[in-house]
Amino acid sequence: MKTLFKSVLALLTISLMVVSCVQNSNDSSGALSSSKAEKVYVAPGEHDDFYAFVSGGFSGQLAVYGLPSGRLFKVIPVFSVDAEKAYGFNEETKPMLNTSHGFIPWDDAHHPDISQTNGVVDGRYVYINGNNTPRIAKIDLTTFETTEIIEIPNSAGNHSSSYVTENTEYVVAGTRFGVPVPQRDMPIAEYKGNFKGALSFLKVDPEDGGMDIKFQILMPGFDYDKAHPGRGDSHGWFFFTTYNSEEAHSLLEVNASQNDKDFIAAVNWKKIEEYVNNGGGKKMPANYAHNVYDEHTHTATSTMKKEVLTVDPTEVPGAIYFLPTPKSPHGCDVSPTGEYIVGSGKLSADVTVHSFTKMMNAINNKKFDGDAYGIPILNYEDILAGSVKSGGLGPLHTEFDGKGNAYTTFFISSEVVKWKLGTWEVIDRKPTYYSVGHLMIPGGNSGQPFGKYVLAMNKITKDRYLPTGPEVTQSAQLYDITGEKMELLLDFPTVGEPHYAAGIPADIVAKNSRKIFRLEENEHPYAAKTEAEAKVVRKGNEVHINMTMIRSHFAPDNIEGIQVGDKVYFHVTNLEQDYDVPHGISMIGANTSELLIMPGQTETFVWEPKQVGVWPFYCTDFCSALHQEMQGYVRVSPKGSSVPISFTLDDDAVDAE
Amino acid sequence: MKIKLAILAILALVVTSCGGDKKKVEYPVKSKTEIATPAKKVDPMTDKGIGPVTSITLGELDQAMVTEGEQIFKAKCSACHKISKRFIGPGMKGITERRTPEWIMNMILNPEEMVQKNQIAMDLLKEYNAPMANQSLTEDEARKILEYFRTKN
Repeated sequence: MKTLFKSVLALLTISLMVVSCVQNSNDSSGALSSSKAEKVYVAPGEHDDFYAFVSGGFSGQLAVYGLPSGRLFKVIPVFSVDAEKAYGFNEETKPMLNTSHGFIPWDDAHHPDISQTNGVVDGRYVYINGNNTPRIAKIDLTTFETTEIIEIPNSAGNHSSSYVTENTEYVVAGTRFGVPVPQRDMPIAEYKGNFKGALSFLKVDPEDGGMDIKFQILMPGFDYDKAHPGRGDSHGWFFFTTYNSEEAHSLLEVNASQNDKDFIAAVNWKKIEEYVNNGGGKKMPANYAHNVYDEHTHTATSTMKKEVLTVDPTEVPGAIYFLPTPKSPHGCDVSPTGEYIVGSGKLSADVTVHSFTKMMNAINNKKFDGDAYGIPILNYEDILAGSVKSGGLGPLHTEFDGKGNAYTTFFISSEVVKWKLGTWEVIDRKPTYYSVGHLMIPGGNSGQPFGKYVLAMNKITKDRYLPTGPEVTQSAQLYDITGEKMELLLDFPTVGEPHYAAGIPADIVAKNSRKIFRLEENEHPYAAKTEAEAKVVRKGNEVHINMTMIRSHFAPDNIEGIQVGDKVYFHVTNLEQDYDVPHGISMIGANTSELLIMPGQTETFVWEPKQVGVWPFYCTDFCSALHQEMQGYVRVSPKGSSVPISFTLDDDAVDAE
Repeated sequence: MKIKLAILAILALVVTSCGGDKKKVEYPVKSKTEIATPAKKVDPMTDKGIGPVTSITLGELDQAMVTEGEQIFKAKCSACHKISKRFIGPGMKGITERRTPEWIMNMILNPEEMVQKNQIAMDLLKEYNAPMANQSLTEDEARKILEYFRTKN
């Protein structure tokens, strides 16, 4: 019997050792190193290599994903209210969504772009455009929060936006829909020659990334669709694709597709900057909101601006040229060196590539093919570097890998095509699922791409995931582009309809990410920075409660003397100073969202009690083992009641020692 | 019987050593004898706790530090600790007569590890239920709070 046990023991030991050896070899780059799963697998507790900031399209927000895993980390509210984070619901962030049309709770977010230093993404800010009610937002990448939104006057369909120059000198905001400038009551049929397309250049403060409209160029009323800045040799120029050079005002599907070629507008912004610095341009009355969030008061303020500097392009000769580009071009992408300007004619099979050197030669030789509204048109043949005979249909957008290759999406034929800059030969093509719009290589439209992955963002999802009724999520696909041929690695769903995205190596951003707000730096006017500072103050029918929260109680947590008809402000400060210990608060019957308050932060919600009674409030974010106990009561008396204001904790004063 | 135990032991060893993750996760395994024995009684006035502070020499009371320490205590600690009474955590009156200066500072600076590994801190967590919060104070700030506590005996 003993012998038998010994044999079993020996066998067991050997078999287990063998198993353990196989497992060990899996850990290194052994047999499975070529597996697609391994390339996107980020082990539990490990971090991704890249951040991807993916626009939320009609959700109005910006989603943060990790690559290669495709895991969603955060949805940053930008242009739309977000009850989860109280964005647009609390008193502090309501001013962020103010416009000349009043409070607008939604927009259509399109093209995020990361700030750059010397042509390299620097990870300080993301800028993104609201397309519907024209606005540009700035997201601070220390807090991953929207800290500034500026409205763009004289604009409509803010689509050729929000791209930054190579040292973040400017963010641009171009108009897709021509409009009367200034707006006025006039017949729509008089569009042609009367409507304008404003290209706005927003000067960026190098210290805090703040934006201010330096000038607006009032261009002819074409549709300015997409844009990218020059870089390297072409730094100082900006390129905008146009369609509807026909200036149609109805049935554009047909009427704006008449001309064989539209234009890429090449704008020498340095020349125009010099012109306005020397007193050029015309100040025009305007009305637009500039909303800035202060990280010390944790509060946004909205200022209405009343004037904008406009520039008539014909008054700055040599600053703007039109580059003829076939078939209603959409994407406008500039190679990492700045030499090639890629225009994707969306009704074409080919991709048109212009040469910056040839463009400059043609300009210097004054070889023009007429003009449009006084803006010189260059000869297509003079500036053409080449065209990519792809065999695909419907090219839209191009990104670069920094190794001499370009990658273009084809919407109609649902594919990404890899081609070589200079020779224009097609190297590879891979299908997407389905009808791809934008694509993104981290840093792929800057001077220094990080060409490891390309992310394709699709317009149509159909059968890619488990069905969820008529409405399905959007689909994205990740490809490995380190080899000669692209390799599809991963499908993952995205929020809203992503348009553009911007990516950056994680280590550039992660090290600057804030963990808490320091209590001693909190300058919110209603902050209670200690429990002893907590108080309840009546001012007529307004009551201000300066409250604190810490694991796991509120101070005060018993409040009396509130009356029906009062307007009660809960100003709540989270006293925690440790990472990832937010608390929430909500009050029964409050006509607003919860607050979700980060350590050291103060936020405010308003409650207008309508019924007599004793009403509870509680913490909405599970904070500790005693989270369920984190609750309190407010006594509401009839209007005119003699119950005095009182507030306590543990039946004692909040400042008891 | 002995062999059965041996099989179990080997199994346990092999399984532990073969963990699929690259990073080895070690779980504290208590032997029977450890479980059987009641926790050792520690003399609190010799227990320095676990954390960055290993040795503090207390000199004459420094009034400037006391004033600063009081401010820091009120700003960062008073939501859970009163001086005179038990609140979320223990009352602070007489703390320097019950605990070493090092233990006090380590509890402020390294509470997560203290409530998991230091017997006195573990017992306190059992009694008070709420784990001590890390308020991200500096060693200098903790030292000033300690000086303030010296005036509250």
